Amino acid sequence: MTVEIARHWRLNSQRYSLIGEECPACHYKIFPPRDVCPHCAEEAGPEFHFSGNGTVFSHTTVHTPPEGFEAQSPYTVALVKLDEGPMITAQLTDVDNGAVEIGLPVEMVTRKLAEQGDEGLILYGYKFRPQMAMA
Amino acid sequence: MRDISIIGIGQTPVGEHWGRSLRHLAYDALHLAMKDAGTERVDALYVGNMLSGEISGQAHIGPLIADFAGLRGIEAVKIEAACASGAAAFRQGVIGVASGYQDVVAVVGVEKMTDDVGSRLTAGLASAADADYETVHGVTFVALNALIMQRYMHEYGLSKGDFANFSVNAHANGANNPNAMFRRAISKETFMRAGVVANPVSLFDASPMADGAAAAIICPTRLAREYTDKAVHVLASAIATDSLAVHDRKNPLWLQAAEDSAHTAYRQAKITPAELDFFELHDAFTIMAALSLEAAGFAKAGQGTRLAVNGDIALDGKLPIATMGGLKARGHPVGATGMYQIVEAALQLRGEAGKNQLPHARLGMTQNIGGSGATIGTHIFKSSE
Repeated sequence: MTVEIARHWRLNSQRYSLIGEECPACHYKIFPPRDVCPHCAEEAGPEFHFSGNGTVFSHTTVHTPPEGFEAQSPYTVALVKLDEGPMITAQLTDVDNGAVEIGLPVEMVTRKLAEQGDEGLILYGYKFRPQMAMA
Repeated sequence: MRDISIIGIGQTPVGEHWGRSLRHLAYDALHLAMKDAGTERVDALYVGNMLSGEISGQAHIGPLIADFAGLRGIEAVKIEAACASGAAAFRQGVIGVASGYQDVVAVVGVEKMTDDVGSRLTAGLASAADADYETVHGVTFVALNALIMQRYMHEYGLSKGDFANFSVNAHANGANNPNAMFRRAISKETFMRAGVVANPVSLFDASPMADGAAAAIICPTRLAREYTDKAVHVLASAIATDSLAVHDRKNPLWLQAAEDSAHTAYRQAKITPAELDFFELHDAFTIMAALSLEAAGFAKAGQGTRLAVNGDIALDGKLPIATMGGLKARGHPVGATGMYQIVEAALQLRGEAGKNQLPHARLGMTQNIGGSGATIGTHIFKSSE
């Protein structure tokens, strides 16, 4: 299990701070960061800090979780369209399961993502909640 | 490139085979296919499989299965492309024979799923999605399909009932397939009453996990007559890919890899979609059936469910689908599914589909979807007439 530390550690800036990239050629905002721009296939560019604001593109509630997520079940997952363009997959938090609407404005927060058993890692990262001004 | 024909097919019933391991299941299907072809030797074996490592603790199953099937020494390799492993393995066989490197090739799709249960199996299946950016958020395969279906219903103003006939049709057809996992017809009311798994996906939108194996033997068409007088010609073989993660697709509601592989296949076969007599599509979820019909050119975006609602997909409709029960009723042993589709298409084209035999089965297409749509393999077959 400990060999997984590097696998998750190297994603810290994405998981904790939503840091992606901006393509120097077409200015497409990229998340997660890649080596090649998915829009124009040029070499991807410098860091870009996303605002963490977006809207719910779609959502569902998971009742049969995979290993490591049993304690959270049931939980709501969503496709979130970030204000800057790209779409990401994340859990919604601070919402009642099933009480989410497509188009809901949401903002990023940092939460516990998963626990890998008694001796494994506890993973933290982004989830999204309804924007506070809206609540 | 050489023209290719299927000269033998075999399959095990899909279900819970508690007494049969991965290698036994693969042998069962291979043995039937080789007997059907009347051959005891093949030049190579391609094994379509997704989860042998995760579930059975067994990687390296090419030589394992070759040796177990009495074929020790031949070239044998596993091909993995999640739920599209079957089509991907078949395509490797096609490439092997078409190139001239091999003459007689066996392809088997096999999956042993019941040796693991619950959250570990769910996690194994979810490994076909993006580990760093999808599965780490607790997304399952049901959830990915639910996310697509939820948005699809929202954009096109559809309700649950619009999807019912995909499931009703599959179960009606599965009732007559001795190898199907579920052999009872269901009503629309049963579909509507089913418990929700991940809103809006309910139990009868989703295909069941199961054990199974299906196999085919292929060779150059000019040699096929030496083996059989009911060869099935492989007119087209194409695979296309898309972003692994749903959120990275240009349009999450469109199966670009299905469109790309289908259009490549139509070009290879020199046919239009309207000429097809039936379509074995990948109805792992009802939403996938709708999206597959749209991407393959049978309906405009957002209108795939209309073919279900108006009965076009029935055995006596314009474009029968899931003629032996599809993934929904025959069952979905993930890495084997693509080969079940091909074996079932061959049965139709050989006139051996029993009670579900189509009166005019001359051209058939199979489409096998990996993950949530990142690998899609399309094959077109023709009867020998």
